[in-house]
Amino acid sequence: MKYRILASCAALLGLAVATMGSALAQDTEADRRAKDPRNKNYIVGEKKSGYVFMTALTRDMQDDDFANPAFTVVDVGQEQWNKVNGKAGKSCASCHNDIASMKGVANKYPQYDSSQDRMISLQHLINRHLEKDMGAKPWKWESTQMLGMVALIKSQSRGMPVNVRLDGPAKKFFEKGREFYNQRRGQMDMSCAHCHDNNYGNMARSNVLSQGQMNGFPTYRFKWQGVGSLHRRFIGCNKNIRATPYKRGSEEYTNLELYMQWRSSGLKWESPSVRN
Amino acid sequence: MSKVLETSELKKGASVDRRGALRLLGLGAVAATAGALAPMRASATPESAGLLMDKLSGSKSYKSGKVTLKTPAIAENGATVPVSVSVDSPMTDGNYVKSIHLAADQNPRPEVASFHFTPASGKAKVSTRLRLSKSQNIIAVAVMNDGSVYKASKLVKVTIGGCGG
Amino acid sequence: MAKKPRVKVPSSAKKGDVIEIKTLIPHKMETGQRKGKDGKPIPRFIINKVEVTFNGKSVVTADLHPAIAANPYFSFHARVTESGTFNFTWTDDKGGKVTTSKKINVS
Repeated sequence: MKYRILASCAALLGLAVATMGSALAQDTEADRRAKDPRNKNYIVGEKKSGYVFMTALTRDMQDDDFANPAFTVVDVGQEQWNKVNGKAGKSCASCHNDIASMKGVANKYPQYDSSQDRMISLQHLINRHLEKDMGAKPWKWESTQMLGMVALIKSQSRGMPVNVRLDGPAKKFFEKGREFYNQRRGQMDMSCAHCHDNNYGNMARSNVLSQGQMNGFPTYRFKWQGVGSLHRRFIGCNKNIRATPYKRGSEEYTNLELYMQWRSSGLKWESPSVRN
Repeated sequence: MSKVLETSELKKGASVDRRGALRLLGLGAVAATAGALAPMRASATPESAGLLMDKLSGSKSYKSGKVTLKTPAIAENGATVPVSVSVDSPMTDGNYVKSIHLAADQNPRPEVASFHFTPASGKAKVSTRLRLSKSQNIIAVAVMNDGSVYKASKLVKVTIGGCGG
Repeated sequence: MAKKPRVKVPSSAKKGDVIEIKTLIPHKMETGQRKGKDGKPIPRFIINKVEVTFNGKSVVTADLHPAIAANPYFSFHARVTESGTFNFTWTDDKGGKVTTSKKINVS
């Protein structure tokens, strides 16, 4: 029953659903892309970074920090790091000194905030610093300053395995995130798992479906012609299956981010990556 | 690839009217392509691209050879297509590439870029990233200092992805 | 926010070397083909020219059209015979210019 629903949804999207036990006689596009020897650094067990699902030219672009267009916003982030901002007359550097001190911070968020009894992402924390500690205006989630700062901070963890704490109060929010990931939604009545757990490597029209790992965000997407956040991607994915999206920074998406960070754990941080 | 779907945890969402969804998917497909790139009705043609090159190069007769045009066979995404052009030339005062012109024969407009060199360039090789609204030929024309003109072209396939957002 | 270009030039080279130069500048390169939420076309606004000189002499010039992708990236080459400074100028449709420079030591 479940399989028939999946197959009809697959037909809607033009997916080729791999049936159990069918050995594909010829190489798929995903197989061809998988052959790049660089990929072995981007695979941990069954987990595969989005890197391995891209074409070789896209991987080239990510491998060269200069050619990676995402670094134009990292440059903006670096400027903001050193810039005095707000009534308190401070910059990020005033308290945190060198940006290198942010190594490992990518694994500290989302974290539990007891004052609001919810999980908060790095973006929430940055805005709290801006408003409460610096007396400055908060930044919009998808603004260049926020994307730049998040990309800058997360890039300090590049090469480190993704990890996140799920103990204590975080546990119940993790379960909510896991539920969201597996929940059917929208007119297409699909969950994240249908594409990203069951059909990675297959095609959605001409895109090779990835596992939907989050270790490269914020990422430069060709489709966006710019850098975008993980929550922006959630919005796009939800719209794709014709489900009403939630807002960036919402509890729903922050819980989903928590679940997905656990799901990506072990893969190395690549932020800011280059994707299609 | 045998991932166990946590069926017990799946909750059935709102019931789907398949026919309605199919109709909307048709609209959705149009809407999806009217995104950031908005591939409009492409108005360049192989003829207009050819005329453009004639005008830019000042010549109507092209030799083959010397020009190496590197493009992907299939673009990951039409919005950013890495290409590189190199022209075999010693780049000396007496023998150098004056210009390389690039055109696309099915974009909204055929002109892409023109690069002008001097012997001080050392090598007539340039790499950049293009926007292509659909599958089409990229044409590269090299104009030498003695007026001779060389041409190369490559077909790049551009597809519409299913994973927008 | 002013556009901050990125430029990669080797810091040193030998006389007669042909070096590779890479440039990347953040810019939407608005094609003029897109329509805004109100249905009206968003006007074209692109960087239409890149000029590279060395010690005041032209090395490479590029004329660009909207078919160049956002955040224009270029790599080109230069033969260096003496130490000096590369100057880079990006010009947009409104005549606005962004410039930067990089020195190279040639022995």
